[in-house]
Amino acid sequence: MTDILTRWKRRAGLSCLVAGMITLAGPAAAGETTYDPLEGFNRAMFAVNEGLDTVAIKPIAQAYDFVVPLPAKAGVGDFFGNIADVRNVLNNALQGKLAEAGSDLGRLLINSTVGIFGLFDVASELGLEKHDEDFGQTLAVWGWDSSNFLFWPLIGPRTVRDTGGWIVDVYTDPTWYTLNKSVATRNSLVALLYVDVRASLLPSDKVVEEAALDKYAYVRDAYLQRRRNQIFDGSPPRLQDVLD
Amino acid sequence: MKKLIVLVFAALFATLVLAQEAPDVLVKRVTEEVLDIVRQDKNIQNGDSRKAIELVDAKVIPHFNFAHMTALALGKEWRKASPQQQQQLTAEFKTLLVRTYSNALTSYKNQRVIFKPFRMNPGDSDVQVRTEVDQPGNKPVQLDYSLEKLDAGWKVYDVNVAGISLVTNYREQFGQEIRNGGIDGLIKTVAAKNKSLEGNPAKAAGK
Repeated sequence: MTDILTRWKRRAGLSCLVAGMITLAGPAAAGETTYDPLEGFNRAMFAVNEGLDTVAIKPIAQAYDFVVPLPAKAGVGDFFGNIADVRNVLNNALQGKLAEAGSDLGRLLINSTVGIFGLFDVASELGLEKHDEDFGQTLAVWGWDSSNFLFWPLIGPRTVRDTGGWIVDVYTDPTWYTLNKSVATRNSLVALLYVDVRASLLPSDKVVEEAALDKYAYVRDAYLQRRRNQIFDGSPPRLQDVLD
Repeated sequence: MKKLIVLVFAALFATLVLAQEAPDVLVKRVTEEVLDIVRQDKNIQNGDSRKAIELVDAKVIPHFNFAHMTALALGKEWRKASPQQQQQLTAEFKTLLVRTYSNALTSYKNQRVIFKPFRMNPGDSDVQVRTEVDQPGNKPVQLDYSLEKLDAGWKVYDVNVAGISLVTNYREQFGQEIRNGGIDGLIKTVAAKNKSLEGNPAKAAGK
């Protein structure tokens, strides 16, 4: 009974969030600079995140990067990469990319067994390429192609669409879902994933710091370009060249 | 005298061959030359930005078209700039790009560059050369170059890292500066940014 109740509560929470998302989404962005109507809020959150990063997150990621030897780090990356293949199978299928879904399912089976619970990416060695997809990309393929930008503390840059997509990704991620029974294990895994992702971004910190005239705008536009690239699976239609 | 004539012809021939070098061959050759040097240069690996910039200046810069890059970064505003403004901005933007992205070489850790299959039609004058950077313990990163055919040979006018154009990623920031202080304001801002990076001795020495 309590189980049903918590599940119902969670679902209600999710629908509230989705409803919130839709309200936030507002009219679709059309012009060049209208994709960031919440810039004031976003810049404030960006500042909060920069503070958190400087004080806590970056030092932890640096310590992790320094202490953990490369083979172990590669194992951590492969382990979470294997879990992410669950999401890849699901979203490739939802986008009608059945060959890719099948190939990623093959990856998942091989890496979970021969690759010892995903600690080794044997499938890539065998030439099975990974096809990264998430629910935000699925929503884009389904037609929600432009969405306003949002910056969250801790989670970082997203769009309204990708925030909704991210929530669905979390709900379909075995790390959060099937490990619900052991909260401690789940929380440690989520923390490890978080630190691992942050550590993988360390080399680009200096480049962004030096390259950007306005770090917020630089990060925002880089995020939006990268998402566009992901949605079009690495070959987005080329934007018109002003000199042509 | 005869020797000199032979030398001149040899030089002419060499330029001709270089000019005709196919875009994918060019990218591959320059990438391998640069990586060979970085692999052997402990100073660059230890973060010596100045040496990295020297390397990029010598090997990479001749194959880039910075005027086109600056025009791309500016968008529509490029046509409104005077030739002199265009020149000044190109010079400052070049300094910024070279400095910041040369630094990427100093974080070299046994990355491998894989060249994707290249397709091009005989008459093409605008192509993309696609590569992937594989790094141990990390996801591979997509690295694509856009090249155009000029009289002087193929020149790179855009670089995409993981789908992010290092050039057009500046468009909004440049637009913002132009709205605030016009093209001259933008030139001043980029110049100031370059000065601040130069003026930091820790960064210049790579310590």
